[in-house]
Amino acid sequence: MTTYRIGIDVGGTHTDAVLLDEQYKVIAEIKEATTQDVSTGIYKAVNYLLKTSDVPRDQIRYAMLGTTHCTNAIVERKRLNKVAAIRIGVPATLGIKPLVGVPDDLRDILGKHVYLVRGGHEFDGRTIVELDEDHLYKIAEEIKGQVDSVAITSVFSPVSTDHEVRAQQIMQEVLGEDVAISLSSEIGSVGLLERENATILNAAVVNVAKATANGFIHALKEEGVDAQVFFGQNDGTLMSVEYTVKYPILTIACGPTNSIRGASYLTTTADALVVDVGGTTTDIGVLANSFPRQSSLAVEIGGVRTNFRMPDITSVGLGGGTVVRVDPDGKVKLGPDSVGYRLTEEALVFGGNTLTTTDIIVAKGMAKIGDPAKVAHLSATFVEEVFSHITEMVEAAIDRMKTSSEDVPVILVGGGSVLVPDQLKGASIVMRPDHFGVANAIGSAISQVSGQIERIFMVDELGREKTIQLAKELAIQEAVGAGANLETIEIVDFEDIPLAYLPGNATKIKVKAAGDL
Amino acid sequence: MRKIGKQEIEDISIGAALLGTGGGGDPYIGKLMALQAIEEFGPITLLDANEVPDDAIVVPTAMMGAPTVMVEKIPSGEEATIAFESLKDFLGKDIYATMPIEAGGVNSLLPFALAAKQGLPVVDADGMGRAFPELQMVTFYLEGLSATPMMLTDEKGNALLLNTIDSVWAERLARGATIEMGGSVMLAIYPMTGAQLKKSSIQGILTLEQEIGRAIREAKVKQYDAIDAVLELTSGQRLFQGKVTDIDRKTETGFARGIAKIEGIGADQGDTLELFFQNEHLLAKKGEKVVCMTPDLIAVLDADTGMPITTEGMRYGTRCVVVGMPCHSMWRTEKGVATAGPRYFGYEFDYVPLEQLSEKEVTSQ
Repeated sequence: MTTYRIGIDVGGTHTDAVLLDEQYKVIAEIKEATTQDVSTGIYKAVNYLLKTSDVPRDQIRYAMLGTTHCTNAIVERKRLNKVAAIRIGVPATLGIKPLVGVPDDLRDILGKHVYLVRGGHEFDGRTIVELDEDHLYKIAEEIKGQVDSVAITSVFSPVSTDHEVRAQQIMQEVLGEDVAISLSSEIGSVGLLERENATILNAAVVNVAKATANGFIHALKEEGVDAQVFFGQNDGTLMSVEYTVKYPILTIACGPTNSIRGASYLTTTADALVVDVGGTTTDIGVLANSFPRQSSLAVEIGGVRTNFRMPDITSVGLGGGTVVRVDPDGKVKLGPDSVGYRLTEEALVFGGNTLTTTDIIVAKGMAKIGDPAKVAHLSATFVEEVFSHITEMVEAAIDRMKTSSEDVPVILVGGGSVLVPDQLKGASIVMRPDHFGVANAIGSAISQVSGQIERIFMVDELGREKTIQLAKELAIQEAVGAGANLETIEIVDFEDIPLAYLPGNATKIKVKAAGDL
Repeated sequence: MRKIGKQEIEDISIGAALLGTGGGGDPYIGKLMALQAIEEFGPITLLDANEVPDDAIVVPTAMMGAPTVMVEKIPSGEEATIAFESLKDFLGKDIYATMPIEAGGVNSLLPFALAAKQGLPVVDADGMGRAFPELQMVTFYLEGLSATPMMLTDEKGNALLLNTIDSVWAERLARGATIEMGGSVMLAIYPMTGAQLKKSSIQGILTLEQEIGRAIREAKVKQYDAIDAVLELTSGQRLFQGKVTDIDRKTETGFARGIAKIEGIGADQGDTLELFFQNEHLLAKKGEKVVCMTPDLIAVLDADTGMPITTEGMRYGTRCVVVGMPCHSMWRTEKGVATAGPRYFGYEFDYVPLEQLSEKEVTSQ
């Protein structure tokens, strides 16, 4: 019996969906307009996939969703949880209180219950001071019934999670299991303020994530599909629903990640630049070893500095819906505004009144979209001029992301990639894979599951080699537990940090293993 | 005398990042601490050095240790207060004002947080005019002042008084204690009189940083070139423009020693610039030719915005303009070059001032 899987990627303009068989062959694909409520767009897409393929519904085993729900909730300041923020680190850290530097409107929403507690660790794992458990019990009593989500951040928790874990136990003891608890050590790396911000944001979007997950499961059930549901995360691997509703912030950049992974799969290329042209923006990322290159800098989300790992993406305001203008002095100006999903109403080729990049491409004869007669009046010189602007914009962005002056392979994906020519400065080859328009949904569908462990090992007990081996095996077990096929598992991330001042050569080891479902 | 409020702090922090020459620790933490203190205690008084009475005692304050620790174990804000109170007791005299020892990076802003809390003024001066990694790399040392008696304090309330035979020993002992105290401490150091301050400090540096910050901030609105404005303020020059193509970092003995390669674009197309850094940028070579070296300042600015980029923030593909700025004349003395010139940092070059380098070749001796 063949099994099938559905991959969905919800973007700002389009909701893309694909149905794949066991060999990852595309059986059906669809681009739907993203709807205001997002869910309707997902419904429609799933419905279309099932209607156009005669795949037995009980053979659809997996469904993967990449979504921007959580990002939107933060940016729009809507539907956020009632959050308590607890920082463990007094007497240190008092010089900068939590949420300082966060935009005022967001601080008003998230800063209603902020607490500072004695505790925390030094960089080498020693405790700064004992954890004040009495205070934590008092806080728990105080916030009972006031909040539905708690963010806990302790100084140097990336080195020692002890105080965060103990605080979580106390909260759960008093508040019960219904209150969501986010631990900073699960989310970010060293850099207290950014990690704390990310943890508070995570706590704030738990409800949105739950509603999204339930909506997706419900949409599938409505269609008679009983599949195992996964969410795509920033690093290109999948999370179970259970983990997603605990750490939804980790899904925030899965869109570009999915495109890069999809491009890699469709071209069987491990190293390249991926240019994803949407309706409003072009995202350029780096494919290194089949995974997106990660950014090492602080990333702002909704005006908040955070520091968890995100794909290294450069974005330019160029897409299929980008508005084309001519200055009074005859200079061509592209965007940055776009007609977005209203392209099919507003572009000239669809009988609208706005000149867009899509109209230019149709006039140039590079694509057949809408009614070419409606752009026949554009002069060839003008069309060429705009087109060279488009090309230069893409070439400059490619150059920004390159790591050397040598030409590199470029993969074009996304519905708007018809804007980009086959010859590009800096590209050794320009690839346009089949199904390029839904590469992101394919990336979502083919993602692997991962398992991760992070703990302190006494290296002297087994020796370095054996300890690392043990850590890797534990991560592999985690991945198998999450549903990965043992034969396909690879170690995709490894990091070890020696901890000074502790006997037995204590080392913190973090390993991530990933494999196919 | 003038007042320093929130906008001034924002601007100073940009200037501090620039004079941090890639290191000195991200001013972000210092900025937030200063802003929080201003919110609580009101604006801070900034004094000209010549407004300080000759017999008054001025004590600079700074953090010492790993910036990585400081961004995680943020100070309580009490460390500097404890250091000041303890030193005051030891000296048996009141302290008139504080000031930065290092205007580059995070240490430019920390004295403001203390001053707001203590109701002290800050003196518009420092001991480097930039950022340097060691306690004796200050103009106070060049002028024969002692770093000690100095206090080291941590957030736990530990206070350590050091009285050493010279500043190099102060550096050595303080470095060891810093690790034991948790990797990041606050210092009250180089106590001096108003008369000594006027003779041995680099004056007007905080005002310069504020002007640099404002010039970069307003460039977009007022439509002028931010980098040109910075060079005018600092008498600097453009050394190179290009994009970062390679960064080789090694951490040894607590310093991030590394080399960044920048490939030329525009006028520098076809050339490569190598930046040698150890937390701060110390040497810039265009091809085989050295174009700027410590103690002169080398800064990397974002090509679009003119915002300074730290050595940690440099990454593949960053489009930047590298600028060189002359250091204060005190650094160009024999003792100054011996203390913070290229040979001290292990580079086999004799110091040649930036202005002369643009005219002559320098190759390894």
